[in-house]
Amino acid sequence: MWVRPLCETAAGPLHSVNVAICGKGFLPPMTIADQVTGPTIAGAAGTKPAAAKPRTAVPAITLPAIGERELRLDLFRGLALWLIFVDHLPPSLLTWFTIRNYGFSDATEIFIFISGYTAAFVYGRAMLESGVVIATARILRRVWQIYVAHVFLFTIFLAEISYVATRFENPLYTEEMGIMDFLKQPDITIVQALLLRFRPVNMDVLPLYIVLMLALPFILWSMKWRPDVTLGLSVVLYAVTWEFDLYLSAYPNGFWAFNPFAWQLLFVFGAWCALGGARRMSRILSSRVTMWMAIAYLVASFYVTLTWYVPQLSQFMPKLIEQWMYPINKTDLDVLRFTHFLALAALTVRFLPRDWPGLKSPWLRPLILCGQHSLEIFCLGVFLAFAGHFILAEVSGGAVMHALISLCGVLIMWGVAWVISWYKRVADKSGAKSKNAVGNADLAGGG
Amino acid sequence: MKAKVLLSLILLCGSLTAPTARAGDAAPTASAAPASCDLPAYLLTSESPLPKVAAAVKAGKPLEILVIGSRSTTIPSSENSSYPARMEAILKEKLPPSGVVHVSVEIQSKKTAEETAATFVKLMEAKTPTLVIWQTGTVDAIRAIDPDDFRSAVTEGVVALQSAGTDVVLMNLQYSPRTETMISAQPFLDNMRVVAQEHDIPLFDRFAIMRQWNDQGQFDLFSPSRGPELAKQVHDCLGRALAQFVIDAAHREPAQQQN
Repeated sequence: MWVRPLCETAAGPLHSVNVAICGKGFLPPMTIADQVTGPTIAGAAGTKPAAAKPRTAVPAITLPAIGERELRLDLFRGLALWLIFVDHLPPSLLTWFTIRNYGFSDATEIFIFISGYTAAFVYGRAMLESGVVIATARILRRVWQIYVAHVFLFTIFLAEISYVATRFENPLYTEEMGIMDFLKQPDITIVQALLLRFRPVNMDVLPLYIVLMLALPFILWSMKWRPDVTLGLSVVLYAVTWEFDLYLSAYPNGFWAFNPFAWQLLFVFGAWCALGGARRMSRILSSRVTMWMAIAYLVASFYVTLTWYVPQLSQFMPKLIEQWMYPINKTDLDVLRFTHFLALAALTVRFLPRDWPGLKSPWLRPLILCGQHSLEIFCLGVFLAFAGHFILAEVSGGAVMHALISLCGVLIMWGVAWVISWYKRVADKSGAKSKNAVGNADLAGGG
Repeated sequence: MKAKVLLSLILLCGSLTAPTARAGDAAPTASAAPASCDLPAYLLTSESPLPKVAAAVKAGKPLEILVIGSRSTTIPSSENSSYPARMEAILKEKLPPSGVVHVSVEIQSKKTAEETAATFVKLMEAKTPTLVIWQTGTVDAIRAIDPDDFRSAVTEGVVALQSAGTDVVLMNLQYSPRTETMISAQPFLDNMRVVAQEHDIPLFDRFAIMRQWNDQGQFDLFSPSRGPELAKQVHDCLGRALAQFVIDAAHREPAQQQN
C-alpha cells in the first residue's frame, strides 16, 4: 500500500526529506481517530519517494493525516494472507490457529476490508489530486494486474487437476473423479474461466476483488460527493441482495461463491473508514459500551463455533436459536459474520494502538512485509497451497510433513515479500535518478 | 499423524470430550471390528430417533432397509464388499436372530439430489422399506449446485420419504483429500446437517468419520492405490459404523418417548 499519488506529481523523489515535505503539505490535525485508522503516505523507513503538492479543493472527504505509515493495516493484511494460506491447506495442527475456528468471520473479511480501506486511501487521493479520469485509469490498470494474476493461478490449477486426473485411480473415489469431466470440454471451460464464470475451489477471492475494484471509481466518485450517502447506498444494495436474492451466475451452474453484491458492503465500509469515517466513529469506538458489546458478541460466537467441534455441547444450544441462525451464509456475507468482523475490528483498534512499539519489532516484520505486497503474496499463497497439497498427496502425509509444508510456505511468502521490497527499493532508487518512478502506487493499491 | 491434531482438539475442548472419547464401537459379539474401524462415540450416535426401525426390531418384524446412493455407495467390481452389504451382515449378526434383515441398494449415479428426489414417490410405491438411508451430496458438490437449491432438494426428498412412511437417515459425502482443492464439500455438508436438524432425522457423518480415520492414520486416504483393498477395508468399517449407528438410533427411541 505504498501511497504515492499524492506526492508523485512533483518531480524527483528524494526520500526522507521529501517525505517530510510531503507530510507537511497538508497535515490535518491529528485526532484520536487518526491514531485509530489513519494509514499514511510515505514509507515506514522513509524509503518511499515523495514530494508535495498542496491540496486545492475542499472535498467532502478528509484523508487521514500523513505521518508514519500505518503498520497495523499491513500487519493484519499479512496475517490474513497467512491465514488464508493455512486455511487452503488440508486441516492440520496449524489450522487450529486460524480465526475461523473461533468465531463466525474469517481471514476473507479482514482481507476485503483492508483492501477497501487501502484502495480508497490510495486512489481516493489520486482522485483528489489528479482528477477522476486519471484515478480511474490507474484503478483499471490495477484491475488488469489482478485479472492476469487470476488467470495465472487458473493455469496452475489446470496443471494440477490434469495431473491428478491421469495419475490417481483409487477405486474408493471413482465418483469424486467426476470433477475431471470438465477437462473433456476445454473449449468451453477455459473461455468461461477467462470470463471469471468458471472458478475452481479456493480461487474465488480474486474475481470478487476484480469486481469490487471495477466499482471503485464509482464508489470513490460518490464518496467524494457524500461519503455517508455512499455507505447508505451500499447498505441498501446489501439489503436488496438479501431480499431479492441478487447474484452473479457461475459456470457450469450455481453462482459466485462470494457474492459481490453482498461483499461490497465490507469493501465500501473499508473505503468509508479510510476517507474519514473512522475519525467520525472514534467516539463510538472508544466507548466502554461498544467494547463490552463487542466482547460479549465475540464470546457468544466463540461458543457457537465450539458447538461445531464439540458436538456434545450442541445440546445446550436452544433449537430456536439454531434454526434462526443457521445456515451462516458466507456467500452473501451473513450479518452475523459482518458483525463479528466489526466486533473484532473495534477491539483491535482499541487495544492495539497505532503507535504500539511491537509493530516495529523484528518478530512482526515478516507479517508486515507480506501485508505490504498483498497481491503478489496472495497469489503465491494460493499457489503454495496447491503445491503443498500436491506434495502431501505424493509423499505420504504425516503430521511432521504437514507442519513442515505449512512452515515452509509461510517462510517462502516472507522471503518473496522481502525480495519484492528489496527490488522496489532498488528500482525506486534508480527510477528516481531517471525521473521515471511512476508505477509503484499501483502495486501499492490495496492489492 | 494426526494424533497431535486430536490431542490439540481435546486440549482445546478441555474435559468436555473426555467422557465420550472412549471409542464406542464394537459390541462384544463374535465379529469384533478391526481396530482400524475405531471411532469416537459421538460419530456413531444421533439424538434423533428411528421409531419405525425400533418398532420393527421390538416386534421381531422384518427390517427392510433401502440404501439410495450414488457411485460411492459401491466398489466397482466388488459389490459384496460395499458398505450396504457389510451393514447387512453386521445387522444380521447383532440383531436378534428372530428378525429378518434385508438391505437393498438403489444407485442413481451422476444424479443431483434434486434429480434423485424426483424419483422418490415412484420408488416408494415399488418398495416399502422400514428405513431409507439416503446418501447424497457428492454429485451436487462436483457440479457446484447452488447450496440453497441443494438444501431445498434434500428437504423435498426427505419429506417425500417420510410421507411414504419410512424412517430416514441422511448420509453425507466421502472425505476425499485428493480432490479437496477441487471439490468444495463444506456448503453441502452444512446444508445436510441443517436439513437433518430441521426434520429431526439422524445424519450419518461419513465425511467426519472418514476424516477421523485419515487423521488418526487408520487409513491413508491420500493413497493413489489402484487395487480394491483399501476401498474394501473402508467400506467394511463404514458398514460396521452404519449398523452401529442404526442400532443406536433405534434403541434410543423408547427413552425419547418417555421424555
